[in-house]
Amino acid sequence: MTKNLRVKSSKLVDETYRISFKFNGTTYYGFKGDTLASALLANNIHLVGRSFKYHRPRGIMTAGSEEPNAIVQLHNGTSRTEPNVRATEIEIYEGLVASSQNCWPSVKFDIGGINNFLSPLLPAGFYYKTFMWPASFWEKYEYFIRKSAGLGKSPDVPDPDIYEHKYIHCDVLVIGAGISGIMAAKTAAKNGFKTLLVEEKSYLGGSTIYQDSEFFKINNQNSASWLEKEINEVKKIENLEIKTRTSVAAFHGYNFLLARENLTDHLPLEQRENKTRQKLLKIRAKKVITATGSIERPLIFDNNDRPGILLSSAIKKYADLFGVACGEKNVLFTNNDSAYETAISLIQKGIKVQAIIDNREEIDSKLIKETEKNNIKIYKGYTIVDTFGYKRINSVSIMKLSKDGQKVIGSKENISCDSLGISGGWTPAVHLFTQSGGKLKFRDDDQVFIPNTYPSNQISIGSCNGDFTLDEILINTPKLLKEFLNITKTEYENIEIFSAFNKSKRNIWLLPSNKIVGKTKSFVDFQNDATAKDIKLALREGFRSIEHVKRYTTTGMGTDQGKLGNMHALGIISETASSKLGELGTTTFRPPYTPLTFGTIVGRNVGKYFDITRKTPIHEWHVENKAEFENVGQWKRAWYYPKNGENMHQAVQRESKAARDSAGILDASTLGKIDIQGTDASEFLNRVYTNAWSKLEIGKCRYGLMLNEDGMVYDDGVTTRLDENHYIMTTTTGGAATVLGKLEDYLQTEWPELDVYLTSVTDHYATISVCGPNSKKIIQKVIPEIDLSDKDFPHMSFRNSIIGKVKCRVMRISFTGEQSYEINIQANYAKSVWENCMEAGKEFNITPYGTETMHLLRAEKGFIIAGQDTDATMTPIDLQMDWIVSKKKFDFIGKRSLYRSDTIREDRKQLVGLITDNPEEILEEGAQIVADMNKTPIEMLGHVTSSYFSPNLKKSIALGVVKGGKNMMGQKLIIPMEKKQINVTVTDPVFLDKENKRLNA
Amino acid sequence: MFLINCPFCGEREQSEFKAGGEAHIVRPKQPTELSDDQWAEYLFMRKNIKGIQFERWNHIHGCRKWFNMVRDTSNDEIKAVYKMGEKPPIK
Ligand SMILES: [Zn+2]
Repeated sequence: MTKNLRVKSSKLVDETYRISFKFNGTTYYGFKGDTLASALLANNIHLVGRSFKYHRPRGIMTAGSEEPNAIVQLHNGTSRTEPNVRATEIEIYEGLVASSQNCWPSVKFDIGGINNFLSPLLPAGFYYKTFMWPASFWEKYEYFIRKSAGLGKSPDVPDPDIYEHKYIHCDVLVIGAGISGIMAAKTAAKNGFKTLLVEEKSYLGGSTIYQDSEFFKINNQNSASWLEKEINEVKKIENLEIKTRTSVAAFHGYNFLLARENLTDHLPLEQRENKTRQKLLKIRAKKVITATGSIERPLIFDNNDRPGILLSSAIKKYADLFGVACGEKNVLFTNNDSAYETAISLIQKGIKVQAIIDNREEIDSKLIKETEKNNIKIYKGYTIVDTFGYKRINSVSIMKLSKDGQKVIGSKENISCDSLGISGGWTPAVHLFTQSGGKLKFRDDDQVFIPNTYPSNQISIGSCNGDFTLDEILINTPKLLKEFLNITKTEYENIEIFSAFNKSKRNIWLLPSNKIVGKTKSFVDFQNDATAKDIKLALREGFRSIEHVKRYTTTGMGTDQGKLGNMHALGIISETASSKLGELGTTTFRPPYTPLTFGTIVGRNVGKYFDITRKTPIHEWHVENKAEFENVGQWKRAWYYPKNGENMHQAVQRESKAARDSAGILDASTLGKIDIQGTDASEFLNRVYTNAWSKLEIGKCRYGLMLNEDGMVYDDGVTTRLDENHYIMTTTTGGAATVLGKLEDYLQTEWPELDVYLTSVTDHYATISVCGPNSKKIIQKVIPEIDLSDKDFPHMSFRNSIIGKVKCRVMRISFTGEQSYEINIQANYAKSVWENCMEAGKEFNITPYGTETMHLLRAEKGFIIAGQDTDATMTPIDLQMDWIVSKKKFDFIGKRSLYRSDTIREDRKQLVGLITDNPEEILEEGAQIVADMNKTPIEMLGHVTSSYFSPNLKKSIALGVVKGGKNMMGQKLIIPMEKKQINVTVTDPVFLDKENKRLNA
Repeated sequence: MFLINCPFCGEREQSEFKAGGEAHIVRPKQPTELSDDQWAEYLFMRKNIKGIQFERWNHIHGCRKWFNMVRDTSNDEIKAVYKMGEKPPIK
């Protein structure tokens, strides 16, 4: 079984450097430069996986990123295990361990293989038709589908590797370093354009670099030798950067492209430590030259998916580039000259070609003559009708094609083989071009879609533009480059070209068979197991749009996005439905062109770098004093300060009681602060708040509600008049940025005539709030020079003062209902002022409290929190805050919406208090509120928005929104929970100190 | 991703900007005089055009200025940018 199929003289591998690797538990050897696929093939291993739906044995089919079958799991330890790696792309390294992915329990014995025999029961749309019904069964089906589909295993521990993002700006980006890409990069760079050339493979030169025979010559040298010299020159050009192992994943508008540069995946594991694994390149190019080449088409016939069946070009590449024979008895099956190039390569390497089956009847080219000279039997005008061999192809049946190619005639003939190369011509790789918004046109001559109109400053050249042969490339590329780069000359004028390739092709999308279509398994999408029969069934069932057929049959929906078979699907649809292929359109190719790792997408934005963390200047004190923290937007806020093993509830009860009984202290620095100046500042506030501001005296504070233009509350806070034309506005912590943005919007776009300037000063000032009956005494100790008498410094007023030599602003405002002072001080002095307050408050048992206690204290007073007790559907009237809506003001944002037919409805959800019958019972925030449990369906009247146990009232309190709640005072309602019903009574939302006596206590 | 020519800063990446909906919708001078229908027209009704569209944009991570843009939504071509208060350079 482990035969060595290595032949001499390969371009890419270093036979002096042996590498061992493991595949499905067995150790094998390969050489440096091998891909996992080439190393497996050298060990005569074709069977690498099972197909998705029928679990048929599948082998390596291609030698590139279009590979549908050879998808493996890489095991580099538990944290680096990676699913969905294409064996054709991963370069082997010492220590590589890989296993087949889509099979269970093993690749050789796969339980799902029974699906193959059940396949008459698994037609197109099978999953839709069966597993979707009844809907409640989906959960049960899903387990089995997922297990047997086995899409690989993702690591369940964090990714230890380093990923980076990099921005690149260049004049010209060239995608693909085949012959045309090399010509383009050289021409652009030599004409002064700052150029970047990216290539997904590890080497430059594309397929021409191993087109090494006397049948393809440029200026009298073999094309490979000519190109090698070009590449050597290109590498020396200064303003040209070359990146290999770099694949462009997305081509967006305005020439913005994303590419993944692979830096370490080919290195031995121990050499990867502390290196960046992959980079996401964000490229903005003035001009883009796409030279992504083309992908060989398979041929569609019965059982065209067995291990040992490869694209003919892949067989050539494995022989030329890696020195690997895909078999010892090769048969080639073709509709064009490409297979003869493969045959000649194999002959040169001494690999046996058993026969060539050619769809074409009359053929003639130098390539074919050379093949015939080597006594290789060519079956002209024949097709393969069946193949044999379960885990490896062992023979093919062929029959003569009728003149019109619609059926087979004569008798069957068998040819034995261990490898079959198929060639259906070439499909331009237009994926990136179409991603960018480019429109395709259909070329009838050879049945290909090629670029037609470009949405940005870009061109496609070479075979992705439909120039498949050496002479077309060398003649057309210089012309295109001259026009695109606006230059008069290239180095590629008057070049002598010799190409033995004849362009004739006999295109038959679905090859005829001696069986009816329904009895054949002619695979169109190898990864998703969609057959020609499935596509025909979809058409019979009435699907016409290519996008619908795609989804119904799952053609082109695998990780390879149907790079091989999409054209055949289109061809079969057009033939069956008798519509013109060019008019059908194609399905949409979406980014990424090849899959990207999540690591590459997120780059360095992981863990603590995932988002910005904002900390107050007093943060360190909270940490030292063992605060638990809560995330509020990007801010870390002290949540509560547990003492002696308290849980949150216990800590909050203690803090809340202390704040009302003596003194509490809160770090309120996160509140948004906007400095407002200008001669029209008062007028501006009049327009953005619901209440009146013109008459606010200097030195006074006022609470305000801000509405959206639709009348709904979106933020609140206290604003203080510092001077005639100077205010400081506070916003909620979470709303700071949006409030500033919204105010700027109105100033710039609706009221540019107002003389108002807004500046965010949130980070410049820290806010320390001291509350409770002893707060006045504490503040007096901290700021001795200030007169705190109620007469001189009443509630809702402000004074400038000084602590030591530092100026500060003191506001007497309260969010707790207690007498309360807020010191606003330059941020870098905040921590020492906080410590001063703690020291001064020691004798009064000053108690630091966090956001949870703050929420509880304000709930006792029935103060709302915008965003918790409101969502975007609550007007001030709904909140029972009619008192804050000015009746006199001519206009303010949202005013007109307060009397729309919808906002004046009596049965809108309104804010109320809720008291549980059992005072110990605490409601769950978000719980539904109902009146009648017997009504069907049960009518939801509203929900609980805030709920706490009040240590000061010694009972459970809650706020909620209830339909028509304003008129339900005293009424009994029900909170239905999973296992019980909780009875509540509707009350006023203010639970404590309705007369506001405590403010001046 | 667009490359947007801010009228104040010049060409910048789209990620520096915030889109702000349809342009040239003027807030009524006397909202209280409007019927519910007229107010709803201002408040809710926005065009969603395939083709030439006039839009507001804000250079939120730059100069923070609002400006207008003419964009062809069918191919994302930005036809023009101009300052608030200026007349669109294209019909
Ligand atoms: Zn700007």
